[in-house]
Amino acid sequence: MSETRVGLSAWGAYAPRLRLSRKAAAQANAWIAPGLAGKAKGERAMANWDEDALTMAVEAARDALGPDDDRSHVDALYFASSTAPFSDRLNAGVVSAALTLEPATASADVTGSQRAGLTALAQALNAVRAGGSRNALVAAGEHRRARAASTQELDFGDGAAAFVVSGDDLAAEFLGHGAVTADFIDHFRGADAEFDYYWEERWIRDEGIIKLVPPAIKAALQAAGITGDQVTHFCFPCTFAGLAGNVAKACGIAPEVVRDNLAAQMGEAGSAHGLVLLAHALEQAKAGDVIVAAQFGQGAEALVFRVTDKASSRRPARGVTGSLADRKEETNYLKFLFFNGLVDWDKGMRAEKDNKTALTTLYRNSDMILGLVGGRCTETGVVQFPRTRISVAPNKPTVDTQEPYKFAERKAEVLTWSADYLTFAMAPPNHYGTIVFEGGGRIFMDITDVEPGDVDAGLPVKMVFRVKELDERRGFKRYFWKATPDRSRAAKAVAAE
Amino acid sequence: MASGIRDKVAVIGMGCSKFGERWDAGPDDLMVEAYLEAMGDAGVEPTQLDAAWFSTHVDEFGTGKGGTPLSIALRLPNIAVTRVENFCASGSEAFRGAVYAVAAGAADIALAVGVEKLKDTGYGGLPVANAGTLIPQTAPNGSAPGNFAQLASAYRAKHGVSKEDLKRAIAHVSVKSHANGAKNRKAHLQKAVTEEQVLNAPMIAEPLGLFDCCGVSDGAAAAIVTTPEIARSLGKTDLVTVKALQLSVSNGYESQFNAWDGSYFHTARIAAKKAYREAGIENPRKQISMMEVHDCFSITELVTMEDLFISEEGKGWRDVMDGFYDADGGVPCQIDGGLKCFGHPIGASGLRMLYEMYLQLQGRAGERQLANPVFGMTHNLGGSPSTNVCSVAIVGREGA
Repeated sequence: MSETRVGLSAWGAYAPRLRLSRKAAAQANAWIAPGLAGKAKGERAMANWDEDALTMAVEAARDALGPDDDRSHVDALYFASSTAPFSDRLNAGVVSAALTLEPATASADVTGSQRAGLTALAQALNAVRAGGSRNALVAAGEHRRARAASTQELDFGDGAAAFVVSGDDLAAEFLGHGAVTADFIDHFRGADAEFDYYWEERWIRDEGIIKLVPPAIKAALQAAGITGDQVTHFCFPCTFAGLAGNVAKACGIAPEVVRDNLAAQMGEAGSAHGLVLLAHALEQAKAGDVIVAAQFGQGAEALVFRVTDKASSRRPARGVTGSLADRKEETNYLKFLFFNGLVDWDKGMRAEKDNKTALTTLYRNSDMILGLVGGRCTETGVVQFPRTRISVAPNKPTVDTQEPYKFAERKAEVLTWSADYLTFAMAPPNHYGTIVFEGGGRIFMDITDVEPGDVDAGLPVKMVFRVKELDERRGFKRYFWKATPDRSRAAKAVAAE
Repeated sequence: MASGIRDKVAVIGMGCSKFGERWDAGPDDLMVEAYLEAMGDAGVEPTQLDAAWFSTHVDEFGTGKGGTPLSIALRLPNIAVTRVENFCASGSEAFRGAVYAVAAGAADIALAVGVEKLKDTGYGGLPVANAGTLIPQTAPNGSAPGNFAQLASAYRAKHGVSKEDLKRAIAHVSVKSHANGAKNRKAHLQKAVTEEQVLNAPMIAEPLGLFDCCGVSDGAAAAIVTTPEIARSLGKTDLVTVKALQLSVSNGYESQFNAWDGSYFHTARIAAKKAYREAGIENPRKQISMMEVHDCFSITELVTMEDLFISEEGKGWRDVMDGFYDADGGVPCQIDGGLKCFGHPIGASGLRMLYEMYLQLQGRAGERQLANPVFGMTHNLGGSPSTNVCSVAIVGREGA
């Protein structure tokens, strides 16, 4: 093995703003599933209708990459999810386009088990250590689906995390990796199935997790040259109460270093959750701390890191901590069902419009639609969206003078808006308007994650990558950018007044 | 500047179908209704028509994309028929075609007909439109009221008008149009409403309530134009002539350049200035006797009063509240009820506006007749505030 140091140089996370109150969900289902009362505590992260595994992964990646929109240093991308929106279309390709990564970026979807997030991270670490990549981006997102009134519905949560794997400037050094592969089927989801099918809990716990996970962790510790008692943060997603402690104990790891699995605030974000817990640990760790992140899924994956003195200065703008703080309680369980496609509802005549996407048009305008890239005139400096052959500058219609100009990371505010009750919307009223950007440029676009009363002219907003529309007839999803209140800037503006 | 159209063309006949929910009629029936009235009014035979312009916008429903729907419905004698479309300003576009053909000497007598059969689409409002393959991938899934409602948020921000004051001002716009429409037997909506009703109506698109939005109607309107000389040879006296026809079309300035503030129509101001110059009008607030503007939504009408330079910028809402645009005000507006109450069959609207101006100038407007009008102005708009076509036409007494 090469002695090259590799590890994590940056990280980010995302949890959707909406949090379904478990109490509200349990109460709504009490008539048919009274047993859910035992889980009626805390809340679970709930994707808005326009969020999915891809969009959340993009947001986590943006958090990891920071506000600089030059991402030319990233040369490999791994997207991990067990709920990727496309079975045959490179999901990482959408992430890459949204982040405006270089065309030469290598990319892969990693999927098929609940440990896919950690698997992707292990592969990225190996690729960088082997010299096959200099800076690899790993982004995991999960939009979990469960039947109404199931326990999974309450256990699960939606979310994402992302890491930049590098050989330089490390916030955490990678020490060792261990894996176990076993076709142990605690649950499965067929290729065309909507929901998971589960086997008996005691078997999963006693024959699966407790037997398959510790060997992976022990192998990782051995590779790292670390003993269990040196571990200071143990990240292990598990919805069985106390089981993470048992796994830790089996590996010689002290039970008190087992990290909170965020069940109360977020719920378990499937294959992204191991990375979410790792990101959370990094946000709270101090230099020298040893973090073990492990996750179960047809065996297990385990990774060991040592936190460097740069970690504290490398904390992302939002991270897990910021994501969990930016929350809005949702007590309307029906909204959760509608957003997750669990109710066949009357969308009205205005929803009948055909959302067929012209794939030619999408490809030709890929940087504009997926990357929010407009144009800047090299003669006048005027920026505009979209980029056009003849500049929009009044009295200066220069021809072919525009270079690509990225809007996604720019500050913006609302110029005009309305809340539309007539048009079809998944979350009416549909808010939209003209958004103007600092430095120039404006875009007529949707405004998301808002309710009546939230929007007015002058509201500071930021860009988020979201589902634009669903083509239910063909099973296609459109993605585009939307404006959402920049609540931290708005709060600062109020404080300054 | 081009010499313009002033007094080069006269309107010798106009017709308009009853607007409304015309369950009894197809688009061909509506066209015939408007056409027969116009032909009877002009006193000409079909064989005297040299060319026709046909406007319709929502073409999928019962008309079509060519000239044949008009030619067949009216059994025209194999003359040229040109179909035009420019969003909600399509009717004005048809009129422009016919007028310019006459002014150019390419036709002696020309016909313009606009029609729309919206109630066969099944929608309560305008049907959902196909915007091509690119725009739907980025633009919001909006509606016409949602697009125009944004004028209100921008107008409030710019002029510091409170939500309540602006809501009351736009309510008065609708109250006024309903009062006028109640005197028009061809109007779709013929009931007066109170300010309280308007203010308490269900919200359609913030801040526009149900009564802030115009009706969705079926209807057709027609005009027959010729030169003043031919008009006189046909025995016409007291001619109504075209004084100005201007059309301004967005070039992306509003939607892509960071100067427009969203509170007004850039194109309307350009078209209005050009129209006043073409018509020789120096003080529109004093000289314009009456007008029909594109009141698709109450807020549109309010900002249009400023865009046409009748009200001072930022003061339009006060003029509205003061009743300046009421039937007995300084410049009566929407005397026939406007889009709000007469109705808005897209392809017919521009011609319907001219129909009222023509009747008024001829003293034939019945119980809503104004005293001695000289210049009538129509303003017809298509698209949305940020991307639109705006037509301004001025007609008046010959020689005025």
